[in-house]
Amino acid sequence: MSTSRLFAARDLHSRAERDSSAGVTRWMLIYIVVALLLAAMSLLVGTSSLRTSLEWLRTPAALSDAVLWEIRLPRALGAWLAGALLGLGGAIAQNLFRNPLAEPYLLGSASGAALGVTVCLMAADVSLSGLAWMGELGVTGAAFVGAAAGIALTLTLSRGVLQTASLLLAGVVVAFLLSAITSLLLLRSPDTWRAMQSFLLGTTGLLGWQSVGLLAVVLAICLVPAVLLSRGLDALTLGEDTARSLGLPIGGLRVALLALLSLATAAAVSQAGIVGFVGLVAPHLVRESVHVNSRQLIVAAPLCGGVLLQAADLISRWIIRPSELPVGIVTACLGGSYLVVLLWRRAQRE
Amino acid sequence: MLSAHGITVRFGSRTVLEDLSLDITGACWTSIVGPNGCGKSTLLRTLAGLIDPQGGTVTLEGRALSAWPRRECAKRVAWLPQSTMASDLTVRECVALGRFPYTGWLGNTRPADEEAIARALKATGAEEWSKRRLSTLSGGERQRVSLARLLAVEAPILLLDEPTTHLDPPHQIDIASILRQQAHHCDGTIVSAIHDMAVALMADRVIVMGPHSLVGHGTVSEALEGDWLSRAFGTEISIVRSGTSYVWQPRLPG
Repeated sequence: MSTSRLFAARDLHSRAERDSSAGVTRWMLIYIVVALLLAAMSLLVGTSSLRTSLEWLRTPAALSDAVLWEIRLPRALGAWLAGALLGLGGAIAQNLFRNPLAEPYLLGSASGAALGVTVCLMAADVSLSGLAWMGELGVTGAAFVGAAAGIALTLTLSRGVLQTASLLLAGVVVAFLLSAITSLLLLRSPDTWRAMQSFLLGTTGLLGWQSVGLLAVVLAICLVPAVLLSRGLDALTLGEDTARSLGLPIGGLRVALLALLSLATAAAVSQAGIVGFVGLVAPHLVRESVHVNSRQLIVAAPLCGGVLLQAADLISRWIIRPSELPVGIVTACLGGSYLVVLLWRRAQRE
Repeated sequence: MLSAHGITVRFGSRTVLEDLSLDITGACWTSIVGPNGCGKSTLLRTLAGLIDPQGGTVTLEGRALSAWPRRECAKRVAWLPQSTMASDLTVRECVALGRFPYTGWLGNTRPADEEAIARALKATGAEEWSKRRLSTLSGGERQRVSLARLLAVEAPILLLDEPTTHLDPPHQIDIASILRQQAHHCDGTIVSAIHDMAVALMADRVIVMGPHSLVGHGTVSEALEGDWLSRAFGTEISIVRSGTSYVWQPRLPG
């Protein structure tokens, strides 16, 4: 059974009765409450023991303030925001391309960002941690420029935004091409390769207040127009020609949605590296739990994506503490397990 | 009134329509019939403004289609595609999209929109599934919902591309009776490409197309008297009257 069939397969009748906006609101509230709980928990988890963290919360001191409010809190908020942007990107991509396997990185942003960071690190000839004291602008700026360049290359190759098939194909070509160039560069520079690992696997360790500010601004910039355009996404599910016959400006709509997708993804990748699966899985999780139209999905998928990355961040810090796993490995495990569960449920239905 | 003035449509080097002119007007149901690949869908899509012809123009109420603001045009000419996507929307959400030319991006429906949606659901008998998702409906049910989405626009001109394809005979008749009802009781101008000859000839008028061009445009009896169908298909087409309808009698050669 192909994965796309697995995704396309829906429980035909049992969920039809759950169609209500009350259900969506309830799920959104659940995501928000879980996000707050996870944020509180993430204040307690780190290289120091749980008891020490609790002690820090009770009796504030210079060191504890620094760890709790300058490291752990922005990290938790940043993880939520990056996950939310990936969830939003996934929701836009899946609806725009009418493909349940579409994900935020499909336009070449991830490989572009990876190449940008590689080039930046090789030029600076320093490691990620070495660069941290200089501020993260160097690496994140390079990642953002790389992501934007990857997307621009994809759009150039596909000669515009109107042909879905050529866009997807161009995205695949650009991803392979840029990854090959990145691998070639990394082969020549083992030090950079080690430093790149955390970026390639996704990392929430570098998220500071500056990242939180940037991600929050981008999320606000992307979310408002995405909600306004969501009725266009609904119409697109009936086919492009039908949408056009209803008076929708298809070209303009696609340009606007691709711009939002690119901005959201580039911002997330630049701050948290290439975190896989969140953008793919978040919209599916929302749709599996409750019936949503595009507008509800555009709001619920970021809430869900935020919780996913926050949870993954917490697990990555908890599971082998005092050391930590790259968060991308955790999201890959969680996302992969979710696919297996979907597969199993589908087999049960049949 | 929707008119084509000498339209020519080419896909690459292939000419699909050549110098075709016709006027569509009045409250009646017109069927487009013709052999496979003669350009029925292309004609409908051109009339709907979805294809820009390489030559000639399509005018709506005397003004070129391309000169109309998109949503104003959509209020007047509605189009139904050959197949409908298995969308995750509910039936009601889908039908409500038919009001997009009126409600716009925010989708706030006014009482007039609600009434139009209710009328469309009732006319097609789709109201009982209004909370179900399109992906959970059968092909026939989904086709009715698409038709409801089309009717919800309440456009004076409705263009339908093969609305009865993949439907069993009783469902084809259901769709045909809805179309006739819309033409005769709701003053609609309806043009539909229909493959099944018996269903197509239930219409008031026919547009008979041969390869690339028009064979004739007139009432069903004019078409039968002039033997337009045989000319369009390039082989003898024998139609016999059976009660109030017409039946095609297939004959194997030899």
